[in-house]
Amino acid sequence: MDHNEYLKLDFTDDHPGLPMTRRAVLQALGGGIIILFTGGEVIAQRTEGRRGSSGQGLPDDFNAFLRIGEDGAVECFTGKIEMGQGVVTSLAQELADELDVSLDSVHMVMGDTDRCPWDMGTFGSMTTRFFGPALRAAGAEARAVLLALAAEQLAKPVAQLAVEDGVVFDRADRNTRVSYAELAKGKQIAKHLKAPVKTPDAFKVIGKPTTRRDALAKVTGEAKYAGDMRPPGMLYAKILRPPAHGAKLKSVDASAVSEVKGAQVVRDGDLVAVLHEHLDEAEQALSKIKADFEIPQLDVDDRSIFDHLLKVAPEGEDVARGGDLKQGEAGAAEVFDKTYLNSYVAHAPVEPHTAVVQIEGKRTTIWASTQTPFGARDDVAEALGCPPQDVRVITPFVGGGFGGKTRNLQVVEAARLAKLAGKPVQVAWTRAEEFFDDSFRPAAVVKIRSGITAGGDIAFWDYHVYFAGTRGAEQFYDIANHATISHGSGWGGAPGSHPFATGAWRAPGNNTNTFARESQIDIMAAKAGVDPVEFRLRHLRDEKMRGVLTAAAGKFGWTSAKPSNGRGCGAALGIDAGTYVATMAEVEVDGKTGAVQVKRVVAAQNMGLAINPEGAKIQMEGCITMGLGYALTEEVHFRGGEILDRNFDTYELPRFSWLPQIETILIEDRNAAPQGGGEPAIITMGAVVANAICAATGARLLQLPMTSERVVEGLAKR
Amino acid sequence: MEEAVRFTLNGKPTALTVDSDRALLWVLRTDLELTGTKYGCGAGLCGACTVLVDDKAVRSCSLPVKQVQGKAVTTIEGLAGDGKLHPLQKAFMEHDALQCGYCTSGMILAAYSLLRANPRPSDSEIVEGMEGNLCRCGAHKRIIEAIHAAAKEMAGG
Repeated sequence: MDHNEYLKLDFTDDHPGLPMTRRAVLQALGGGIIILFTGGEVIAQRTEGRRGSSGQGLPDDFNAFLRIGEDGAVECFTGKIEMGQGVVTSLAQELADELDVSLDSVHMVMGDTDRCPWDMGTFGSMTTRFFGPALRAAGAEARAVLLALAAEQLAKPVAQLAVEDGVVFDRADRNTRVSYAELAKGKQIAKHLKAPVKTPDAFKVIGKPTTRRDALAKVTGEAKYAGDMRPPGMLYAKILRPPAHGAKLKSVDASAVSEVKGAQVVRDGDLVAVLHEHLDEAEQALSKIKADFEIPQLDVDDRSIFDHLLKVAPEGEDVARGGDLKQGEAGAAEVFDKTYLNSYVAHAPVEPHTAVVQIEGKRTTIWASTQTPFGARDDVAEALGCPPQDVRVITPFVGGGFGGKTRNLQVVEAARLAKLAGKPVQVAWTRAEEFFDDSFRPAAVVKIRSGITAGGDIAFWDYHVYFAGTRGAEQFYDIANHATISHGSGWGGAPGSHPFATGAWRAPGNNTNTFARESQIDIMAAKAGVDPVEFRLRHLRDEKMRGVLTAAAGKFGWTSAKPSNGRGCGAALGIDAGTYVATMAEVEVDGKTGAVQVKRVVAAQNMGLAINPEGAKIQMEGCITMGLGYALTEEVHFRGGEILDRNFDTYELPRFSWLPQIETILIEDRNAAPQGGGEPAIITMGAVVANAICAATGARLLQLPMTSERVVEGLAKR
Repeated sequence: MEEAVRFTLNGKPTALTVDSDRALLWVLRTDLELTGTKYGCGAGLCGACTVLVDDKAVRSCSLPVKQVQGKAVTTIEGLAGDGKLHPLQKAFMEHDALQCGYCTSGMILAAYSLLRANPRPSDSEIVEGMEGNLCRCGAHKRIIEAIHAAAKEMAGG
């Protein structure tokens, strides 16, 4: 299957469904001036259509995406949310450029289900790829409509007019001018025009490195997150949690809660919570509850999980296949059979899951830390038994998501408790709850059987992935005889696969698949006696991939020099969300303790057009730094359904002292469609560190994370 | 135990009667409605709740409010004086030294404390000083650059 096709299968937000009608959109617009005007339309504050339930696609009317106020301020509406990935800046750049307004005049309205067009969620590096083109088209059309209106008003042909910073003027006489705000004033005209988006040579804002637009709010403490919201009368909830997944509540004694002044116990089936006007006192009151749980005996833990997964794995499904594996193997001089493992990994955003729910009559208003505000709206509507139109989710800044804030469990909890309490309720998970109720990146196994010919060519490639899914599974090397087979979903897996919830984690599956593939490539290169970069180039016809690899190698100063003093270098390649990545790293390994220090990382990335090159580089740096965690320390420890990690003391995130020298290269391709940026550069981190460790020490590690214990074991096995 | 606690908060005398064993973090966020200080782990392991007490960085999640009796507490809201951003705040903006922003208050105040003790720190001294502050987004590289830039500006360029 074509790479882009399967990416689309995995992550398309081009959701089938009815586009909103033009009339519904018009009705949905609030007061102020809009750029699509219609005679006599009553502009209502809200309509059902705008907030229709799930199954909607992006609207075809540009008014759903933007509005120009009387003061010339441009509101940009998007169902996407800002969680650090920087689309608060890059989407504004896209709209400002297409409309020809200043970037400062664009105000982002994000993740508000009443005001923004429907959206599936912010994940899969899809914002720029799929929402961006729709937003640009809306901006381009709005600009064309405004120009036509200006031509009428100024009595000049459109061809004679130009726009700068939201002001239309006559090229021949700049004093003959009218602003977007003035054009909009008082008029109601329904007009649609076909208008192409700008070509790269006309860009003024797109492609220009731009600092974050949310930085001022974030450095002053002004930026609001869900937990900072406190409608009048709000109570904080602390919820009774089971000691293990699958545990059933047998009995509960909450009589001692009354010792805490102002604490109130509420219960709805298995949902038992304490409410208090202070969060810490709610927590104290919760500790007074005595509860008995029946804990199911689950004979699986973080060591035995891989055997378990292989045992329960379903039949595989072809991801890709070509040539003839048997024939390929017959021509192989060397065959390599390797099994790669990786553990469950937590999302661990510094902001835990949080939601505030306020129910006033029929209307429910929610402030949530979520990557899926429309999903949250629908989930709450279902839980409360009301139509989705009666629920509004507002998404303030989200303090990190990484794929973990898509399930909205905390939102539904807060909604149920708000209904029970008759008052607004905030649910803010503790760190321990965050580690317990996270949907971890699934533990997974990859088995690869491959071979090389006497001449050092790859003879065949037989690849089986278990529970990491297909993203990044398909290899991109020039291999005539190959098969890629995926067993079990990379998301939840069938019941009985995982002892707790699993889900997408920054570039889901691709970290696992890239670790296995790129390790195997190095193993074959070593046996063939060929430098690993040279070996890759010999098996790469894809010019884009060759481009990123040679760029990274050039910057890194890649040589085949023998390692010394425990230092060594590695390379790894991958494709994610349409973006090509080549990463090189130098590591230092302590032969006694097994401690690994990554000294330097160079990553080159081709993502087509980079809307905000500075933002793209920040994402690459973030991916590299975060990726050190799953490479070296991050794994969820568990016994049955009990999660043993409760905080950052045992679950180790990357720290300042881990930081390598990081250099990033963006290979500009301004004429190509923009591809994903939030995830790609993380996918190579496991493999590049594994390959560098092997180059430094000769120890080949087949399991992530490569903890010092595993490195010591690997060194002993040499 | 409920008692009156008096301290200076962002330059202003503040008094409140609370259970003085409560953590400063929650008193700040709830009773005093200063939400720039964040909860991250509740155990002093991540630094998101960092505030200054007498100009030194402390973890407000693990500090009973009675311990600031008579002291000066500065939160992120109080760092900019006279409508002027602190050089650290400016440097964090100019260097894009943040992503989701949730750890940023703690990062800036930890850096403030570091620079007071050591106005021109080396890379390794910054790493050592900031080691206890976690950033999940991976803004570390730019945070170090921003701290250097702020140090330079504070030293007079």
